[in-house]
Amino acid sequence: MLRTSCRVVCYTSMSSVIQVRGLTKKFGQQFTAVNDLSFSVHKGDVYGFLGQNGAGKSTTIRMLLSLIEPTAGEIEIFGLPLAANRSAIMQKVGAVIEKPAMYEYLTAYQNLKIFSALSGVSKSKTQLLQELDVVGLATRAQDNVGTFSQGMKQRLAIAMAMVNDPELILLDEPTNGLDPQGIADIRNLILHLSREQGKTVLVSSHLLSEIEQVATRLIIIDKGCKLVEGDSKELFDTSKTVVAIQTLDNKQATELLLQSSWAAQLLVNRSTDKEIFMQLDEKHLPSLHKNLVEMGIGVLSVKPMHSLEDYFLQITSTQKYV
Amino acid sequence: MYSLVQVELYKIFKRPRTYIAFGAVAALIGIIQFGLKLDGKSYLDFMLNDLSSSLEIDGKILNGYLVCYVMLQLLLVHVPLLIALIAADMISGEANMGTLRLLLIKPYSRTTLLLAKFIAATIYTLLLLVWLAILALFGSMLLFGTDDMFLLKTSYVVLLKESDVFWRYIGAFGFAALAMTTVASLGFFLSVFAENSIGPIVATMSVIVFFTILSTLNIPIFNLIKPYLFTTHMIGWKEFFDIKVNASNEAIIGSIQNPEKIIKAALVLFLHTIGFFVATVLVFRKKDILS
Amino acid sequence: MKKCSLFVLFVFSASLAFAQDAAQLIKKVKAKLELVDNYEATGIMKTDIAFIKAPIGKIKIYFKKPNLFKIKKEGGISLLPKGGLSVNLSSLIASSNYSTIDAGLQDFGSKKLRVIKLLPNEESSDVVISTLYINEKESLIEKAVTTTKENGTYTMIMNYGAYSNYGLPDQVVFEFNTKNYKLPKGITLEFEDNSKPLSAEQVLKNKKGRVEINYKNYIVNKGIPAAIFN
Repeated sequence: MLRTSCRVVCYTSMSSVIQVRGLTKKFGQQFTAVNDLSFSVHKGDVYGFLGQNGAGKSTTIRMLLSLIEPTAGEIEIFGLPLAANRSAIMQKVGAVIEKPAMYEYLTAYQNLKIFSALSGVSKSKTQLLQELDVVGLATRAQDNVGTFSQGMKQRLAIAMAMVNDPELILLDEPTNGLDPQGIADIRNLILHLSREQGKTVLVSSHLLSEIEQVATRLIIIDKGCKLVEGDSKELFDTSKTVVAIQTLDNKQATELLLQSSWAAQLLVNRSTDKEIFMQLDEKHLPSLHKNLVEMGIGVLSVKPMHSLEDYFLQITSTQKYV
Repeated sequence: MYSLVQVELYKIFKRPRTYIAFGAVAALIGIIQFGLKLDGKSYLDFMLNDLSSSLEIDGKILNGYLVCYVMLQLLLVHVPLLIALIAADMISGEANMGTLRLLLIKPYSRTTLLLAKFIAATIYTLLLLVWLAILALFGSMLLFGTDDMFLLKTSYVVLLKESDVFWRYIGAFGFAALAMTTVASLGFFLSVFAENSIGPIVATMSVIVFFTILSTLNIPIFNLIKPYLFTTHMIGWKEFFDIKVNASNEAIIGSIQNPEKIIKAALVLFLHTIGFFVATVLVFRKKDILS
Repeated sequence: MKKCSLFVLFVFSASLAFAQDAAQLIKKVKAKLELVDNYEATGIMKTDIAFIKAPIGKIKIYFKKPNLFKIKKEGGISLLPKGGLSVNLSSLIASSNYSTIDAGLQDFGSKKLRVIKLLPNEESSDVVISTLYINEKESLIEKAVTTTKENGTYTMIMNYGAYSNYGLPDQVVFEFNTKNYKLPKGITLEFEDNSKPLSAEQVLKNKKGRVEINYKNYIVNKGIPAAIFN
């Protein structure tokens, strides 16, 4: 049985809206979708939930929404255990889970009206139309949802998630199937919810470039296990840039670096035969390059990992499995 | 709970497929009434062939009450399919549309949601039966008039006075409502196991057909299980149309031959309904929602 | 030889005398019945046939000389033995075209009744033979057993009361034969019916039927419109 070795980077929490400890979900005996996952989401965060397809993001979100029962672990939302306080918690939660779902034989207005009633919220027709206006659907309020495009359905799904004015919003792959304008709209909406309305947003996606632009904190999971969690600014601190180096002989290069003054910056656990990883201040890159050449190392490339995508691909592809 | 039930009923009656059942009932009843209005005499002559050799039967035999009875005998075998169309779609249909996950992240328990859905399915069933009653009973009374009810059973004949018939129909329709609610609860239960409606609908009808065959086959080995099958008791409504006689073989007006059979049948159906619903709750509460 | 002839003569004369008595008795009964030109009566009818569960019904009975007879149920469906009840007492002896045979006396409860057999002379008559049990003193037919070509044999038993002067009974019990009743399940749609086959005793019971009419009021000779009998 494979056991992942998880390197955890944790930061101290402020007031946690979501607190997850040791969360595990097994389907049958063979498949573990989420494995001993712990993380916390702070009030006001735009929390990026990242991972490749099949990493366990949706399973985790469904457990947070009590759609799936965890095999082990604890979940607290708003400081309350989820299992015992589900109804009270769900009054303050809104969610869009994977593909937008609604009653296609009803109009946009009727869908919103239904979910408003189900949330226990009494809203007038004017209020509901205003909410449709916020997501740009006011002119299509009386049209059957079956005639909507994917982007319009996504916007309606968000309006439905917001109808009870929740404090916590969970968005699972909200930009799936959207065009660039749609993606930009979602991004702006997330920022608006967080910055203007003070809401806490957990957004999962595999479009890392989009998360990078909105997330204040993030977690990266792979095969159900946490790889890294923390403040996105600190993760991308240029004084701690991760650099990927390719040489003609990585093994020899690694040995030489270990004997040099660069040893402390060498990320031994992450380095492989194909790439060497080091963490250092970006301003030292020219010196590093010069020293590598002076040491007789044939350098093919020295690449700083600036973007989240680089970072993500690096840490998910370089995990060693014992 | 009230607003949940309202929402569920709203969804049911906004859906075009719901009206298929009402249309089908109207069409079936219409065609039978049309046929009997046109050629009811031939039907009666055929039925009374044996009796009329020794008896002169005078009066409006083919009246609204008899016509309604004939229709109920036919329709209450087929109406379960129309009930299953909605009841077996209650959970699986939501899973298919993806809306089930949205319903379950609202601030009420899964049991509350199931109860609301079940109540809505039951109301739909009752409304369908009211529709059936209006067309089959009142429609027939209008078209064929009323008189005593002359019922030709397999081995005997029952003559009910006109004034002694209507309350029996109230009882019969009430019983039929309970029987159809049992069908709805079965469809509802099977709906939990699938993510599309076709499977539970077909499964519900298959169970009913299978159990009905077991209930009607006169094979000794099946007689052991018959009392426990809900299909055996679904036809309990017919007991409302059998009457007691006194020592002089005189029918006792206002009586029922076997009232204990009706009570027993109603109890079995009620227990099945509760059983199916409880089973639905137990399964659904632990179910991982992956749709 | 002489004694023998005398004996034969005596018996022949006696039988002639008896036959005259029988005819005379029938005439007396007929005379009584002919006092009634028409009548209308209300009554209660009880149908007692083993395989029929029926309630008692209120009926109206109409009669007009010589042989118009009608039973109408006051609303509802009526079950009457085929052809039988329409044959009433008057029509039995309405025509004179029959032969009478005196069959002597017979006990009927606490009474002794004269038994007279009527054989219609007409070949075309539906009645094959009628056996009348007559109360000689009152000139009232208390029982009649009639065999017809079309509808088998039926028995009528009469009880008299206030209208005995008119020969109109207070109660008539009509007994007749019925065919055993059974319909296929495919026709009655009673697939759930698991009733056991009938015992021989029950089959026999099913073959007999009984209708009892209790007359309440007679309105005699006040006129009946002909349309009633249509």
